[in-house]
Amino acid sequence: MPGFGLTLGYALFYLSIIVLLPLAALIMRPAELGLAGFFDTVTTPRVLASLRVSFGTAAIAALINGVFGLIIAWVLVRYEFPGKRLIDAFVDLPFALPTAVAGIALTTLYAPNGWIGALLTPFGIKVAFTPLGIVIALIFIGLPFVVRTVQPVLLDFESELEEASASLGANRLQVFFLVILPSIMPALLTGIALAFARAVGEYGSVIFIAGNMPMKSEIAPLLIVSKLEQFDYAGAAAIAVVMLAISFVMLLVLNLIQRWARRHEDRSR
Amino acid sequence: MSSSTRISKPLALQDPAIVRWGLIGLALGFIILVLFLPLISVFLEALRHGLGAYFAAVVEPDARAAILLTLEVAAIAVPLNIVFGLAGAWAIAKFEFRGKSILLTLVDLPFSVSPVISGLIYVLLYGAHGWFGPTLDAWGIKVIFNITGLVLATVFVTFPFVARELIPLMQEQGTEEEEAAISLGASGWQTFRLVTLPNVAWGLLYGVLLCNARAMGEFGAVSVVSGHIRGQTNTMPLHVEILYNEYDFVGAFAVASLLALLALVTLAAKSFLEWRFGDRLSGGRAH
Repeated sequence: MPGFGLTLGYALFYLSIIVLLPLAALIMRPAELGLAGFFDTVTTPRVLASLRVSFGTAAIAALINGVFGLIIAWVLVRYEFPGKRLIDAFVDLPFALPTAVAGIALTTLYAPNGWIGALLTPFGIKVAFTPLGIVIALIFIGLPFVVRTVQPVLLDFESELEEASASLGANRLQVFFLVILPSIMPALLTGIALAFARAVGEYGSVIFIAGNMPMKSEIAPLLIVSKLEQFDYAGAAAIAVVMLAISFVMLLVLNLIQRWARRHEDRSR
Repeated sequence: MSSSTRISKPLALQDPAIVRWGLIGLALGFIILVLFLPLISVFLEALRHGLGAYFAAVVEPDARAAILLTLEVAAIAVPLNIVFGLAGAWAIAKFEFRGKSILLTLVDLPFSVSPVISGLIYVLLYGAHGWFGPTLDAWGIKVIFNITGLVLATVFVTFPFVARELIPLMQEQGTEEEEAAISLGASGWQTFRLVTLPNVAWGLLYGVLLCNARAMGEFGAVSVVSGHIRGQTNTMPLHVEILYNEYDFVGAFAVASLLALLALVTLAAKSFLEWRFGDRLSGGRAH
C-alpha cells in the first residue's frame, strides 16, 4: 500500500499547525505571570465565582439531561407512536443550530415578557438574566449527547435478560432498576459527561440569556473574552488553562469510575 | 438512527399503557419545550413585522456582507478539513504504526475545547501581543481581526468532523480492494480516486455536512478573533449578536432564521443519508 509517508506526514503537519502549536502557546503563556502571579490571577473572587457558575450550571444541566435524555432514548427505542422518526431526527437540532441563534431565541422565550417567561413571572420565577437561564441554555445544548449515547446501547440490550428476570417474578420496576439500568449505566454516564464537557465551555447560547452579572451569572469563557479585550493575554490564558485542567480531571475521574463499573459488572456475572 | 422494528413481546415485558403514554408524553413535552419552541420562535420573531421587513433585513448591505463572509470562510475551512480528513484517515485506517491511539485522541481534541479558548489560542499566536503577531505585522500580514483568523478558528472547531467519520469507515472497509487494485497495476493515486473515494463517498458527504453546519454557525471562536468590524469581519452569527444588542430584533431574527433554515436543511440531509445510505456510513457514530 503506497502513500503512508505522504498522508501521515501531511496529517501530522496540519495537526501541528492547527492544534498543537496553538495549544502550546496557550499552555506556555501563563508562565510569564510566574507561579504566584498565576495563582493570584485565577483565585480572585470574580474568577472563582465564574468558574463556580460555569461548572455548577453545567453539572445541573447535564443531570437534567441525564434524566430526560434517558426517557427520550427509551421512548424512541421501545415504543411506537406517530411521528417517531421525525422526532428522532429532530433530537439532533442542537448539533445543527448555531449557538447564537439558540441564545437569542431562548432569551426571547424566557424574558419576563416572553411566551414562557410571562407564564413564570406571576410565580416570582425569573429565568432570563439569572443562573437559571444559563441552565436552560445548557440543557438545550447538551440534550442530544445523552440521547445519542444511550439510544444505541438500549437498542442492543439483550431482551433475554429482561425475559429471564420477568419469568423469575421481577416486576417491571425491578426489571428496569435492577437489570436494564445497570447495564446502560456506562453509556448514560458517558452521555452525561459529554453533555457536561460541552456545557462547561459553552459561550454563544449562554451570553444572551445569562445577563452576565459579575459574581452571579458571569461564566468563565466570558471572563476570558473580557481579559482578552483588555489585552491581558496571560490572564486570559491562565483562566483557560484552569478550565481545561478541571474538565480534564473530571473526565479522567469519570473514565476511572466507568472502568471500575465495568470490571465490577464482569466480576458479578 | 434506525428505529426498532416492532417485535411482539411477552406480556410480562410490555409496559402498561399508562406508563407507555405517560413516558411518551413526557418525552414529547420536553422536546417541544426545549427544542421546538425556540426554533419556532426564531421564525415568528423574524416575521413579526411582516414579510417586507423580513426581506429588507436580509438584503440590507451589512447582512449581505455577513452572509458572503460566512460562505467565504466555510468555502476555505471545509475543503482544508476534507483534505486533512482524507489524508489522516488513509494513514490511520490503512496502516499500522506506533502512536496511532495518541493521534486519534489528538484528532478528537478540538471537540473538548471551549469555543472561546479555540479562538484565544490563535490570538496568543497571531495577536498584537502574540508569539508571531509583531513579526507578521512588520511584514504587513494581518491574521487576527481578519478573514485569515476567522478561517483558522473555524478550521479548529470543525477539525474532527470529516476525519472522525472517515476513519472508522475506512477501518471497516480494510485494505483488500486497494491491494487488489495495486497488484493489477494501478498507481496509488488511481487506487485512491477509483477505489477508495467511491467507497467512502457517502461517509465523506455526511462528515462534510456536519462540518459545514458548524463552520457557518460557529460563534464563540470567531467572536474572539473577529474584531466585530461591521461589513468586514462579521460573519452571520456575529451579525446576529450585534443586531440583537442594538435591539434590532427583527433584523437579528431575520439573519438568525437563515441560519435556522441551514440547520433544518442539514438535519434533513443528514437523516436522508442515514436512512438511504446508512449501511455505507460508519457505524457506532456518536453524532
